[in-house]
Amino acid sequence: MASLYERLGGEAAVNAAVDIFYRKVLTDDRVNEFFEGVDMDAQIAKQKGFLTMVFGGPNNYTGKDMREGHKHLVAKGLNDSHVDAIIELLGGTLKELGVADADIQEVADIANSVRDDVLNR
Amino acid sequence: MAQVKFKNQIFNVSAGSSVLDTLLEHGQTIPNNCRAGACQSCLMQVTKGKVPEKSQQGLKDSHKAKNLFLACSCEPEENIDIQLPDIKQLKVSATVSQINKLSADVIELKIKTSEPYEYHAGQYVTLWRNDIIGRSYSLASQAKENETLNFHIRLIPNGQFSSWVHHELKVGDTLFVQGPAGDCFYTPGNPEQNLLLIGTGTGLAPLYGIVHDALQQKHTGEIHLIHGALNPSGLYLAEDLSELEQKYSNFKYHPCVVNSEENMPSSIIEGDICKVALDLVPKPAGWKTYLCGDDELVKKLHKQTFLAGCNMNDIYSDPFIHA
Repeated sequence: MASLYERLGGEAAVNAAVDIFYRKVLTDDRVNEFFEGVDMDAQIAKQKGFLTMVFGGPNNYTGKDMREGHKHLVAKGLNDSHVDAIIELLGGTLKELGVADADIQEVADIANSVRDDVLNR
Repeated sequence: MAQVKFKNQIFNVSAGSSVLDTLLEHGQTIPNNCRAGACQSCLMQVTKGKVPEKSQQGLKDSHKAKNLFLACSCEPEENIDIQLPDIKQLKVSATVSQINKLSADVIELKIKTSEPYEYHAGQYVTLWRNDIIGRSYSLASQAKENETLNFHIRLIPNGQFSSWVHHELKVGDTLFVQGPAGDCFYTPGNPEQNLLLIGTGTGLAPLYGIVHDALQQKHTGEIHLIHGALNPSGLYLAEDLSELEQKYSNFKYHPCVVNSEENMPSSIIEGDICKVALDLVPKPAGWKTYLCGDDELVKKLHKQTFLAGCNMNDIYSDPFIHA
């Protein structure tokens, strides 16, 4: 059976999802304060990395990267409610792209698996 | 912590510090300008060891092959030996052909290179007064045989380069050109796509080049150019652009100012350039957007046009970074 990443459509799916997802993130008042003042081009590259990972694709993230990358945000108050919001926006993005509910759940599970590292606990 | 060997001396580059910072702190003279990986003034060359990948971002393949790298974005993880490259290989000499006043503080500089020079209108080059003083400027002209390279140069009070250009440089004088770089230029292949170009101050220079390039390549989609300035007097080339508007039905010029003046032409819009742009094109989905000029404003426009629906891949931005 094809892997999740293959079922979703691989890199093309990441490219299709990244604009929709990032636009949702930037307009959502629950989470957009964490993205104030960041360089848009650099941020899109990071979002692609994130989407590739949660789509089950090839990635080189380690728990340590996740911790280091979010440390300054945890200091600003990043908590479970924000992770929940991101996973919700991710689900909404995939729904717009016509992804099946079971696959959306699988993506959410991968995102949840890095929750503790992201929140540095 | 890694060490770099330069001119037979060892320097320790501490974590979070760049090779450029380290060498400058120790009194070494290294040409530099933007310190943000854009202007390519601080090119150096690795003679032994591994070149950190990040320090070669944006360099031409031929430069990468020579182990050239940008000292400002180089944070080595292992020890390397480095030197300044033979700069003569990287630069082309040029002669000043014309200097025209465009506004109270902007002049148009036209230069002719000693050899044919390939570039796209809208890219930028670094112009060098000598081996040490250089500044990046966008190309307002198109690359054509026997034609000049044109730049819009704003006088920065006490600016080491712009003051020299404004007050001392004369027709017939020599300067040096390095580059080009940047991906803010017109790409053919989609002539029906609508284009939105927004620039402030001399951010008009690359956009002026791109507009002419697009029109000459017979672009058929709408082309909207918004030029923002503080005051009406800063709207240089306004007459020129109005004439262009008469000539091409798909080109529209929208001058815009922060501070209005009595008796200014009614074609000039007063207001925040971001708002002006989104009033004009509320939904830029499917449009290609070019943004040039003030760093903060370009970042804001980048975000706002994206949120309004423009694809990230269709936004080309060239924030002007001041040294």
